[in-house]
Amino acid sequence: MIDVKLVNFVGGFAENKDIARDIRLSKIIPALDEGKTVVLDFGGIDSATQSFVHALISDLIREYGNEVLEKISFKSCNETVKKIITIVVDYMQESD
Amino acid sequence: MKIHLPNSAFLGNIDPFLRSFDPSEPDKLVITSNKNWISIHPVVLSMVAALGLTVDSSCITCESLEAKSRHYLERMGLFKFLKIQSGIAVVEHEPAGRFIPLTQIKDSETLTKFVTEMMPLLHLEPKHADPIRHIVTELVRNVIEHSLSHYGAILSAQYFKKTNTIRIGVVDTGVGIWATINNAYRPKNDIEAIRLALTPGITGTTRREGGTEFNAGAGLFFIKSIATVNRDFFMIYSGKGMFKLLKRDTNSIRLHADPSKDRHSEHNDYPFWQGTVVGVDISLNTTEEFSLLLDLIDKVYKEAIKERKKERYKKPIFV
Repeated sequence: MIDVKLVNFVGGFAENKDIARDIRLSKIIPALDEGKTVVLDFGGIDSATQSFVHALISDLIREYGNEVLEKISFKSCNETVKKIITIVVDYMQESD
Repeated sequence: MKIHLPNSAFLGNIDPFLRSFDPSEPDKLVITSNKNWISIHPVVLSMVAALGLTVDSSCITCESLEAKSRHYLERMGLFKFLKIQSGIAVVEHEPAGRFIPLTQIKDSETLTKFVTEMMPLLHLEPKHADPIRHIVTELVRNVIEHSLSHYGAILSAQYFKKTNTIRIGVVDTGVGIWATINNAYRPKNDIEAIRLALTPGITGTTRREGGTEFNAGAGLFFIKSIATVNRDFFMIYSGKGMFKLLKRDTNSIRLHADPSKDRHSEHNDYPFWQGTVVGVDISLNTTEEFSLLLDLIDKVYKEAIKERKKERYKKPIFV
């Protein structure tokens, strides 16, 4: 299991898509490919944009299928962040 | 190019201002203004500044401003932006809580830094800060990623005490929405391209549902939704097309995936703007909780994808 503390990369407002992509490519995908589970820790983040969350996880759902959601968990999300993650997860699954 | 700063130009009455813009002779810029009073939305300033960047400062003619409110233009940084002398001496005040002067953002790192520094300047409660941060970052990222503009995004914002409203303008002089959307769709004109850009899940980067790894085609829909829910104006102008979301006139809140179902006005015969202009008003009196808005967006977004999938279903042939 790996724990990615996002606030260390993006600060309190998660909006930088370039950083989101870097985290996905350099941390999440290698961990998943090694069979590890991934905890995306949103502690300390008070808001995130849909674009950030999309750049962070949409391609995982597309590439690994929605089963990947059993291997990724979202920790310490406030209500806003939970809803934005839900929007992205929902539309990606609807888009299959 | 000629642009006239009128007596009043806010999103509700911006149409005559836009129609008066003259894009001919793009290698020079003539700025004129109302003699008595200038009261304008930040998007107007952003437009003038964005045009100014595209021409050499020696080719900018700015009529001597007589209106009392010319100090406002100085304080918002217009003359500094245009690299011309205004001849106005202004005592600098702490800008906190009042406005964000004209700012040019050309890359992702600058945007991140700007957003971090901007929010304290506006002195907003979290309820207001969330939608405004979303609007600014999504609009500026659109410019950085899609406009191909050498000059990036030009933005400005101001708090208007009388209406308790934050007004934001983000402008670029890039390829425009038609060219961006035309990479994946075939809009027949600018207003059709704008409507597509406002539809959730439609992006110029792919026709695939869910977008690419980097683009979902949701940014402008989010912004239009924020404005719809809060009964705010939202205006987007690109090429000859202009779409303006009008204030909701009923108490029931309903988001539409199809922008033509929104209460709006649209035109496709405006003077050609090379690039994209977006103006938004966020009333701090009517701001709904951001989480309520997100629930509505989730519902409408999923319905829109289902509808589009359904349109592609093969139909049984009955003989």
